[in-house]
Amino acid sequence: MLRIACPWCGARDETEFGYGGEAHVALPADAAQLSDAAWAEYLFMRSNPKGRHRERWVHTHGCRRWFNVVRDTTTERIFAVYLAGSPPAQLPDEPA
Amino acid sequence: MSQPKRTDAGGRIDRLRVLRFQFDGRRYQGYCGDTLASALLANDVHLTARSFKYHRPRGILALGAEEPNALVQLEQGAYTEPNVRATQIELYDGLIAHSQNRWPALGFDLGALNDTFSPLLPAGFYYKTFMWPASMWLRYEKAIRRMAGLGRAPCLPDPDRYDRMHAHCDVLVVGAGPAGLSAALSAARSGARVILADEQTEAGGQLLWERYDIDGHPAMAWVASVMAELAAAPEVRILARTLVSGYYDHNFVVACQRFDSPRSSAHAPRQRLWKIRAREVVLATGAVERALVFPDNDRPGIMLAGAVRGYLNRFGVTAGSRVVIATVGDDGYRTALDLASAGVAIAAVLDLRVRAAGFLPQQARARGIEVLTGQRIVATGGRMRVSAVRVQPFAGGTIREIACDLVAMSGGWIPTVHLFSQARGRLRFDARAGAFVPGEAMQPVRCAGSVQAAWLLHEALAQGFAAGGAAAQACGLEPARALELPQVSEPEATAADVALAHRGERASRRKQFVDFQADVTLADVGLAAREGYDAIEHLKRYTTAGMGVDQGKMGNANVVALLADARGEAAGTIGMSTFRPPYQPVSFSAIAGMDAGELFDPVRRTPMHEWHRRHGAVFEDAGQWKRACYYPRAGETLHASVQRECLAVRRGVGMLDASTLGKIDIQGPDAAEFLERIYCNPVRSLAPGRCRYGLMLKQDGMVFDDGVIARLAETHFLLTTTTGGAARVAAWLEEWLQTEWPMLKTYCTPVTEQYAQVAVSGPHSVELLAPLCSVDIRAMPFMSVRTGYVAGIGARIFRLSFAGGLGYEIAVPADRGYELWTTLMGAGERFDIAPYGTEAMHVLRAEKGFIIVGQETDGTVSPIDLGLDRLVRSDKFFIGQRSLARPDARRADRRQLVGLLTENPHEVLAEGTQLVAAPCTLARVAAEPVPMLGYVTSSYFSPSCGRSIALALVEAGVARIGQTLHAPLATRCVKVTLTAPRFVGDSDEVLHG
Amino acid sequence: MLAIIAAPAAGSIDLNRYSIFALARNALSRHENWPRAWRSPEPRRSYDVVIVGGGGHGLATAYYLAREHGIRNVAVLERGLIGLGNSGRNTTIVRSNYLWDASAHLYEHSLRLWEQLAGTLNFNVMFSQRGVLNLAHNPHDLRELARRVNANRLNGIDSEIVSTAQVKRLAPALDCDPRARYPVLGASLQRRGGTARHDALVWGYARAADAAGVDIIQNCEVTAIRQKDRRVVGVETTRGVIDASKVGVVVAGHASVLAAMAEIRLPIESHPLQALVSEPIKPVLDTVVMSNAVHVYVSQSDKGELVVGAGIDPYTSYSQRGSFPVIEATVSALVALFPSFGRLKLMRQWAGIVDVCPDASPIISKTPVRGLYFNCGWGTGGFKATPGSGHVFAHTIARDEPHPLATPFALERFTTGALVDEHGAAAVAH
Repeated sequence: MLRIACPWCGARDETEFGYGGEAHVALPADAAQLSDAAWAEYLFMRSNPKGRHRERWVHTHGCRRWFNVVRDTTTERIFAVYLAGSPPAQLPDEPA
Repeated sequence: MSQPKRTDAGGRIDRLRVLRFQFDGRRYQGYCGDTLASALLANDVHLTARSFKYHRPRGILALGAEEPNALVQLEQGAYTEPNVRATQIELYDGLIAHSQNRWPALGFDLGALNDTFSPLLPAGFYYKTFMWPASMWLRYEKAIRRMAGLGRAPCLPDPDRYDRMHAHCDVLVVGAGPAGLSAALSAARSGARVILADEQTEAGGQLLWERYDIDGHPAMAWVASVMAELAAAPEVRILARTLVSGYYDHNFVVACQRFDSPRSSAHAPRQRLWKIRAREVVLATGAVERALVFPDNDRPGIMLAGAVRGYLNRFGVTAGSRVVIATVGDDGYRTALDLASAGVAIAAVLDLRVRAAGFLPQQARARGIEVLTGQRIVATGGRMRVSAVRVQPFAGGTIREIACDLVAMSGGWIPTVHLFSQARGRLRFDARAGAFVPGEAMQPVRCAGSVQAAWLLHEALAQGFAAGGAAAQACGLEPARALELPQVSEPEATAADVALAHRGERASRRKQFVDFQADVTLADVGLAAREGYDAIEHLKRYTTAGMGVDQGKMGNANVVALLADARGEAAGTIGMSTFRPPYQPVSFSAIAGMDAGELFDPVRRTPMHEWHRRHGAVFEDAGQWKRACYYPRAGETLHASVQRECLAVRRGVGMLDASTLGKIDIQGPDAAEFLERIYCNPVRSLAPGRCRYGLMLKQDGMVFDDGVIARLAETHFLLTTTTGGAARVAAWLEEWLQTEWPMLKTYCTPVTEQYAQVAVSGPHSVELLAPLCSVDIRAMPFMSVRTGYVAGIGARIFRLSFAGGLGYEIAVPADRGYELWTTLMGAGERFDIAPYGTEAMHVLRAEKGFIIVGQETDGTVSPIDLGLDRLVRSDKFFIGQRSLARPDARRADRRQLVGLLTENPHEVLAEGTQLVAAPCTLARVAAEPVPMLGYVTSSYFSPSCGRSIALALVEAGVARIGQTLHAPLATRCVKVTLTAPRFVGDSDEVLHG
Repeated sequence: MLAIIAAPAAGSIDLNRYSIFALARNALSRHENWPRAWRSPEPRRSYDVVIVGGGGHGLATAYYLAREHGIRNVAVLERGLIGLGNSGRNTTIVRSNYLWDASAHLYEHSLRLWEQLAGTLNFNVMFSQRGVLNLAHNPHDLRELARRVNANRLNGIDSEIVSTAQVKRLAPALDCDPRARYPVLGASLQRRGGTARHDALVWGYARAADAAGVDIIQNCEVTAIRQKDRRVVGVETTRGVIDASKVGVVVAGHASVLAAMAEIRLPIESHPLQALVSEPIKPVLDTVVMSNAVHVYVSQSDKGELVVGAGIDPYTSYSQRGSFPVIEATVSALVALFPSFGRLKLMRQWAGIVDVCPDASPIISKTPVRGLYFNCGWGTGGFKATPGSGHVFAHTIARDEPHPLATPFALERFTTGALVDEHGAAAVAH
């Protein structure tokens, strides 16, 4: 069971949280103008990486706040937690 | 009632407390402190079980969790439990156990025919036969299934209670043997919060049965002093009888604690599941002894040497009177020496090694014990109990038969690396130990003692102290004040030659078991390798080695070694199969804990629930809620009741408990803007004090939820949602608000349970309510809301009706709901008010063509499909808008909502009935697919229409209105005519207005 | 056991053919002369078709390419060992009672292949048509079952509604008390559904494909997909470059990773899916029981273990391990439905990685790269589809056009919106 550090409440068990999938998939500003293919890309296509994943979680049974997590999908190691709306967190060993 | 194999003194049993028990109907006695296994052995009972596949007679092999043979059916009736290891059952007075997997009796088991036919039943035989004719497989399988399995499941619900507990600590120490105790001690002295868990009833591990001195005293004195110090430390929690079964991510560890006897008292739990989050873990999980592979090595009376020693020293039981010891290392000699000291005759020590020159062999020889080196067992005799072994030098030569009633075998030790491996730790092969040991750790975990193949006591103690101290330091604690390692006297031992353990006799035609639990032999491993199942994971699956109840604790090491031989590779190169949780089986009840029965999923009841119950309501489940479905009067059927309730609403007045509807309070300067984006219909234009039906879509354009949007003030809205959708919708709003539009100043608060809500519907509703309301409800326009008092209770009054027609909904604080309901019921008496349930509500709304999300929709239905396109605004952004423009959403032949009328007005179609173009029935499964044009979503008998009505989703349905389709039923077909989805005309009110 | 001996042989003198007579003959030589079930060849420099992924679906694809399309110059490349991904980690349930036409036709196609498979492959895959019950616990469930059962029958799939009393007879251990927290109000029953032996499916296809000339190459990981002008020309592997003008990718749990090698993005997220077994016990459950509302599905294996499936873990992961709370929820559900199972014990738990599509339906598709085909996204339901999936995928590769049954499952549906949504009204999507 994962232990996730909610930026507002501190470290809690995974069971308190909800998962929200890939982070930084922003709603296109001009949705109506998009091609069907571009809309499908936003709606369905996901990077689903094997390795570091920037993803959204919500502290459902706590503060109910959404935030972002960088987690390795092969080890479940959590590298960083950052606020929703912030740019993607850069880790020291990653190219900017 | 003697215990013939009990020594006169010694052992950690209380000889003053005699316990009676039964095994297979025979009565025996044992002592407090015994296990069932030790008590059976004390009574000279070895034969305890039949093996899984061949039904061979089997005895007790081991001392603890690794036992592969002696599985029994413990207790009877609701308390019965199958497949319990006799070695792990603490004896208690009145215990009843039975052997398993035999018919008619343990001594005479017809299943043993399998052993006779075994030449036809090699590993994987079932993959190669039973194929013809295909239809016979079920029959063959039935016979196979009967032969397989071990014990029997109870027929009654588990009567016991179970408990779950969360715990957090700095250092979790698993295992209270010498390494674990020293680890716990050093961590505790550093001030760490420590949990020490051990599966045994008392701490000590191997010290419970090995004869060591520590600091000049018997080792258990040291154990007692350590336990005393730990017990006195405020931050240390000691969990005895607690089996650590699973090691998951982020140092989350699961352990199961059992309490005294299998029968718990009325309120105390039988078992408790511990869910431990540890900052650091020290694994001192020890090792289990490796069995030797030789012909017929599974006869009762052939045991592990360490187990024989353990039964003697811990329980005062001599498992035999004339013993042959077969060993690949010095360890077997300990058993010989201890037995000899207890006066047991040692027929011979068979040392498979060429030389046996260490201290222990010398001691054995000095005591006059015959030591045969360079020899192995080539055959054994005895049907229900070993009676002799035949031995022969490796070099060849004469075969000698030695009579005996006990064979103690020692093939070296296998570190218990399961938990380390479960923690994603990498294993490495230790050539010296001939076994896999912990390598690189992937979580904050350390190992100490024999799990690391540190066989010597002083090594174990030193590693424990070091690991416990390091773990405490890793938690940021100061190292403990200088710790003095206890002094140990132990004989030097030369290395065991574990490669001799698995070699077996290639030429022998007898069975040589590698995995006793799964009945896998040396020949099976060879066959699998020859057929190409020569990777460990394939071999395991093909032969079932390691898949039995013991999950290969005993056999896997030999299987891996044999496979390596077959492939001509070194033992360390072919890897190990994956260790999966749990280390030891854990009862389902313990995992479920309190989440059983009513508490499996809590039931939600409205504030008026008691009233409904007392008035005979029949309830239905709606999500977690119990909702009144209908209120039958004496002798009334569902149909009659619903008809009456419907008519009350249409002609008089009825009342529905609508409290379960989801309610979300939305406030803030941007609330209107926010909702404008959430709903597909306009919100901003809604005036304060007015309500509007609202439809939410998912991003894929499909209907997600619906309800009423009430604008209480410029910046204050109240939404209702479907009963099942309340939590979903609240989460949905939060998600969009926080992650996509955080700039919008809006707050969402779910308030479902804060309000009780009552729908008062029907032409007399206004007369009923008006005198009770502080506001002039006659002046309220349709789809409006006012705040005031109803019967003196602060309330929100909505003028709207899901039933259609005149109606109001009153929302009051939940704790006033019951009062409101009873007051209104009282006031309604003169109008012949009737409570109506969800079923009548469904009929009423269907008459008006109002949809129910989840009934008329299933996640694939768009608002346009429902004929609600007029709600969908094209001049604004809303969630799902873009998807409605995709080609598939614009197909002309999408399924659309229509009404259906059957030819026979009394025919009420079943919901879920499919619709087709040409008549057919369901009597036979169609030979060729019949194209389906749609299906019935809702169907009722409408008292207002005096006939049946139905709603359906039909391909291009709107264009087909007026046409007929066919509804195939089991044995006939019903003609239906498509209509507009509205059956009762409305006056001025349109809910969707 | 006497029945084994009485069983007639399939009437062949092929010495490699499996039968009771072959067993008896080999018993005389102490089973020393059984041949390898499949070869272990070195990879060649080039093949007509390369299948990436040695699970059941990949091996079945290769088998049908060879047997039905005469394309025998085929390699199956497996990163590790065949059959150890989801093929060897599922709960072995086979059924075809899906709601929507497209799914129903595909899974029924598969089920019909299952019914002949042991004979086809000369390998006993132990397909056991013991029936599959989908329970209804509330009026909504009942309505949805009726809808699905009616659709099934019109689609040529056996399916029926059974009463609570009938359910009780079929699964006596099930708590059918009307006062239960989740009372059983009825069920759908597909009698032709059941279970099979998952490893046998893999090995049976491997042996048969090998016999048809297919090279099964284990420990051979694909590291790149080589293309020229958006046309596939081969793959790079840990065992060298292999040329092929057609590459079929069938790698459940790693579809996104392989797709990324060809710069293709998929509508897939990979989640752990957990399962567990109890200790073996004597027969206590003869049918497969599935419940959508309490989310558990269970059957009893021939060895006697209760085989229990859980729901997917919420977060994505490639680590083939799940989280304990999912096990707790599943076991609680199991005990809620079967209160007498409480004293049985969890013996082993494990997880696979399932590639989940937004509509809970698979992708069987050509791709923007010519000659590159993907078969993925089976989510939690791939095992039962193995024969059908391999069959239609082989057709798709051989003809370079989708098999008619595969057409609705092309990637284009995510652009047009013509999803095959099996979430809502279907039974548990497993």
